[in-house]
Amino acid sequence: MAVELIKERKAVAMTGNQAIAEAMRQINYDVAAAYPISPQTELMGFFAEYLANGLVDTEFITVESEHSAMSAVIGAAAAGARAMTATAAQGLLYMYENLPIASNWRLPITMVLVNRALSAPLNIHCDHGDAMTARDSGWIQLFTENSQEAYHSLIMAVKIAESALLPAIVNMEGYIVSHTIGNVNLLTDAEVREFIGESDWRKNVPHPLLDTDNPVTYGATALPDYYTELKYPQHLATFEAKEHVKRVLEEFNRLAGTNYQVIEPYKLDDADFAIVVMGSTAGVARTAADQLREKGIKAGVLKIRLFRPFPYEEIAEALKHIKAVAVLDRHDSMNGLASPLYQDIASALYHLPERPMLHDFIYGLGGREVTVEDMLKAFNRLINIYTGRETRDRFTEYLQVRE
Amino acid sequence: MKLKGWKELPIGGIVIEPGNSREVETGTWRIARPVVDPQKCTDCLICWVFCPDDSIPSNGKVRFETELYHCKGCGICAVECPYKAIEMVQEADVIMEELKLTSK
Ligand code: SF4
Ligand code: SF4
Repeated sequence: MAVELIKERKAVAMTGNQAIAEAMRQINYDVAAAYPISPQTELMGFFAEYLANGLVDTEFITVESEHSAMSAVIGAAAAGARAMTATAAQGLLYMYENLPIASNWRLPITMVLVNRALSAPLNIHCDHGDAMTARDSGWIQLFTENSQEAYHSLIMAVKIAESALLPAIVNMEGYIVSHTIGNVNLLTDAEVREFIGESDWRKNVPHPLLDTDNPVTYGATALPDYYTELKYPQHLATFEAKEHVKRVLEEFNRLAGTNYQVIEPYKLDDADFAIVVMGSTAGVARTAADQLREKGIKAGVLKIRLFRPFPYEEIAEALKHIKAVAVLDRHDSMNGLASPLYQDIASALYHLPERPMLHDFIYGLGGREVTVEDMLKAFNRLINIYTGRETRDRFTEYLQVRE
Repeated sequence: MKLKGWKELPIGGIVIEPGNSREVETGTWRIARPVVDPQKCTDCLICWVFCPDDSIPSNGKVRFETELYHCKGCGICAVECPYKAIEMVQEADVIMEELKLTSK
């Protein structure tokens, strides 16, 4: 039995990695499998300490690669275990071929992705390049702004994954959140364990491999005559997952006194101009919006918490009255069109009778610092394009590149 | 075989009835079928051992007729038969033969 350590709620100064390790301890996963990669290494190190001190019951498999980590948690989850892994950047890419398998098999695995820029050039700092490669893998994805949200999100993700029967990624920005100390309000161990419910291998998945009285096969072939029929339920489940996420966020808000929504509008109701953003930049963008409002410019911010499934209806509703919107993408898809968040926002708005003007800024690559000035620059450029004071060659631009 | 709709399939494409590959009609893949000459066949059952599709039924003594629902027409039995008792006949020829019979 896992030890009960935190019996009263308390606020602790913690880095994101410490907060996630704390959540992992409280969740007391049946199985964790991971391979070290910066900035995730430290996180699994903190967890290994809890394990070595006998505070958790988790079977921690120190695998030989990320490919094996994902394979191990797929096997564990199919057996009926509550399983997790954590990785970053190239580590996720090495897992990649297994990601769509976990989602099609409907395995409620949770993954902490400590966002790091993709090579090349080699860089260990934050951008969303890794998360973006997984955007079409069938995994639920939550983005977080700080260690508090990362801690809460992993607890919520367990419940979301198990009720939607889909694997879920919690994105936590490398270094900016993972290695930066912030104030984290911890729930008690009992509260977390009651919220997620006890792990029961008979119930975590509909057909656990451990149920040897009812043997099943995972991973059978489906040829052209059946492949479509085995994709369609997953297609529906991905749409339905949004309602599971909303319900779990509401339950969590009741427990923790938070106000988490799938998207978080900031001063958008009367706004003329807005920035759409994910992750820690949301805070900087809100400060910029406040400064503009002091000058009489009605600026607002939309933070996306739930990235997959994409809450397009809520986003269209939140942005439909805005004059011009700048989408901030912490990744360049190198596709000759625009970055992923921009494309998603454009799709979400397309069916509106009247839609805002859109512009895409690629920013914060490889851990480039993001300042309030950067956000003001984005707002100014957006407003100048909208009012015709400036022109644009393309609707996607780098915000911070040196000439 | 009637194909199932998506609602009839278990979540995650999991196979919950063991051995249901029997239901798959691999016989449609065949372009040639094994035809046994009863004069030459000694019931040695070498073909029964080699057939990768379990398409040659037997009671352990006698080679029964090839089960064409699953026989893929790979021709292994014809190659392995020590008595050259099996001839692979093109399915197209079988069809032409049947057409001739019906048009008579
Ligand atoms: S042709 Fe191949 S599949 Fe058919 S009976 Fe012979 S060995 Fe079996
Ligand atoms: S291998 Fe040839 S002889 Fe032996 S049982 Fe088969 S068909 Fe008959």
